[in-house]
Amino acid sequence: MSNMMYRAAVLSTIMEEMERDPNVVVLGEDVVGGMGTEGGPEAIGGIWSTSTGLYDRFGATRVIDTPISESAIVGAAAGLALSGKRPIAELMFADFIGVSLDQIWNQIAKFRYMFGGKTRCPAVIRMAYGAGYNAAAQHSQSVHQILTGMPGLKVVMPTTPADVKGLLRTAIRDDDPVIFLEHKALYATTGEVPDDRDFMIPFGHARLSRAGGDVTIISSGLLLGMCEAVADKLKGEGIGCDVIDLRTTSPLDEETILDSVEVTGRVVVVDEAPPRCGLGADLCALVAEKAFSSLKAPPLQVTPPHTPIPFARELESAYLPSVDKIEAAVRRVLAWR
Amino acid sequence: MQLSREALLAAYRQMKIIREFEERLHVEIQTGEIAGFTHLYCGQEAVAVGVCEHLSPADKIVSTHRGHGHCLAKGCDVNDMMKEIWGSREGLCKGKGGSMHIADVTKGMLGANGIVGAGAPIAVGAALASRVDGPGPDGLKIAIAFSGDGACNQGTTFEAMNLAAVTKAPCIFVFENNHYSEHTGVSYAVGTNQDIASRAEAFGMKAWRADGTDFFAVHDTMREVLDYVRAGHGPAAVEFDTERFFGHFEGDPQRYRGPGELDRIRATRDCLTRFRASVKGAGLLSDADLDAVDDDVMAAIEGAVAAARAAARPTPEDVLADVYIAY
Repeated sequence: MSNMMYRAAVLSTIMEEMERDPNVVVLGEDVVGGMGTEGGPEAIGGIWSTSTGLYDRFGATRVIDTPISESAIVGAAAGLALSGKRPIAELMFADFIGVSLDQIWNQIAKFRYMFGGKTRCPAVIRMAYGAGYNAAAQHSQSVHQILTGMPGLKVVMPTTPADVKGLLRTAIRDDDPVIFLEHKALYATTGEVPDDRDFMIPFGHARLSRAGGDVTIISSGLLLGMCEAVADKLKGEGIGCDVIDLRTTSPLDEETILDSVEVTGRVVVVDEAPPRCGLGADLCALVAEKAFSSLKAPPLQVTPPHTPIPFARELESAYLPSVDKIEAAVRRVLAWR
Repeated sequence: MQLSREALLAAYRQMKIIREFEERLHVEIQTGEIAGFTHLYCGQEAVAVGVCEHLSPADKIVSTHRGHGHCLAKGCDVNDMMKEIWGSREGLCKGKGGSMHIADVTKGMLGANGIVGAGAPIAVGAALASRVDGPGPDGLKIAIAFSGDGACNQGTTFEAMNLAAVTKAPCIFVFENNHYSEHTGVSYAVGTNQDIASRAEAFGMKAWRADGTDFFAVHDTMREVLDYVRAGHGPAAVEFDTERFFGHFEGDPQRYRGPGELDRIRATRDCLTRFRASVKGAGLLSDADLDAVDDDVMAAIEGAVAAARAAARPTPEDVLADVYIAY
């Protein structure tokens, strides 16, 4: 095991997979950084430090620094994937899917189905998502809500450095297109990561990060740590929380969710995306349809309000779910009679 | 004209197959047997054939919503395509794609596309894949983005041309200017004085212009363009001036056409008629040679339609198949 940052887990996994498979190719804005400047290539090495050193190691044919052209980045990833390569495209901010959505939604996601199952499109689209940096409405969003509803895509949102390692390796080796969402407020977090260069975590297998048996809390990403904090606090009061880290929203591990809810009968879904037609609504519907007889309280969701993400520190804090908001929701479902 | 008799017959046959495939669809669509939206390629055959005859299966093309001609010219099977358009589970895409989504990656045909302008970035990606592999004995494998005068106005096409230029990707942007983007004239919609090739030149690319209704002009131009791009000079562009004999889609009333326009372009700008006149005038092929090809093609199309009518229909269970390889 090695102790490393979330961002280092991203970079080292890409590095290892590029060494293993000459078909793995990286492309995106500033993935080299400094091209066409006096500072020269690698002057930056990616603004998230998730591609530093790749260009020096693998050269310009496999590490393609692109202009600011998100449609062309994702479209080129599509063409690379249809031509036998395994592209890893980076969108600097997840919010930029808006510029490239046709290539994600109408092209990459649908090739295999539209072409009668005769093609594969092993593209990984990585992107930094999430709030917490006061980056306001166009640089802070959680986009899994939009992408999870698109048939043909797999959607991954790792919480820990070890999960980054295992899930990103699975994404790169997967033959279907994968959206890989990296929470920008987790990049500097650290954790133990297996050294095995074949360490993989299969998609659709959630992680039970706390086991308690009285209430089920479901989340992923930055907010999972808040859910764990609530669970640890309530444990002192003799209340046991199951905390489920989804890891992937598509495919969804229904079994782990339903197994937990059948025991607890009480569910809180904690999500960083707005409430309408989102992950919380989706999971509340799931337990209502498939675990209705086990429920002892209405399922609740803790999400931001139905607003864009505001800028000012006080406003962003008020907007986001918090330990207090999650705790209040958990106490509400526990108190239901 | 340096083409052999065999090459001339093959080119004529391919253009004639596309022509009759489309003419037959134009008739069959009236019966209601064919579902969905269909956009016919009639009139532009010399472009698809004059471009694709130079390519190997390892060269890639990305097509448009008006893609039947590109698919056939790149080697997609006539029967499998007809079955696809009929919606059969025996179709090239198992009845999942239909007219606008025909693809055969084994032939280097990366898909027709229902989204105008979506293809060019995908072609650049295919060209970047070729750059990873490096040149073979015949130079670099190339990728071709077919775009119409409609797609030339999409930002995606501009992004793709710029990305290809800065990465020196072996990509060729083939613009087929048939003078109409859907129901709007090129004189209104293309702001650069109706000159599409100049847009590629603005990105630093070498660009060619040729008459797309003259098979030999297309053939000779593409020879030059391909030699240039395979040698590693980076991307290039060609604008072919061509004609669309039918509407934007089948059912289009075409009220935007001028009086006598369709008769005029059929009489003076038909690439098949022009081909026949050229090869006869030069004493390369006779009417009998070409008529024999015509008979052969008509039989092939008749057979394809019969096969499509007889082919198995998809089942409700097929809805769920082929979304993912594994999920």
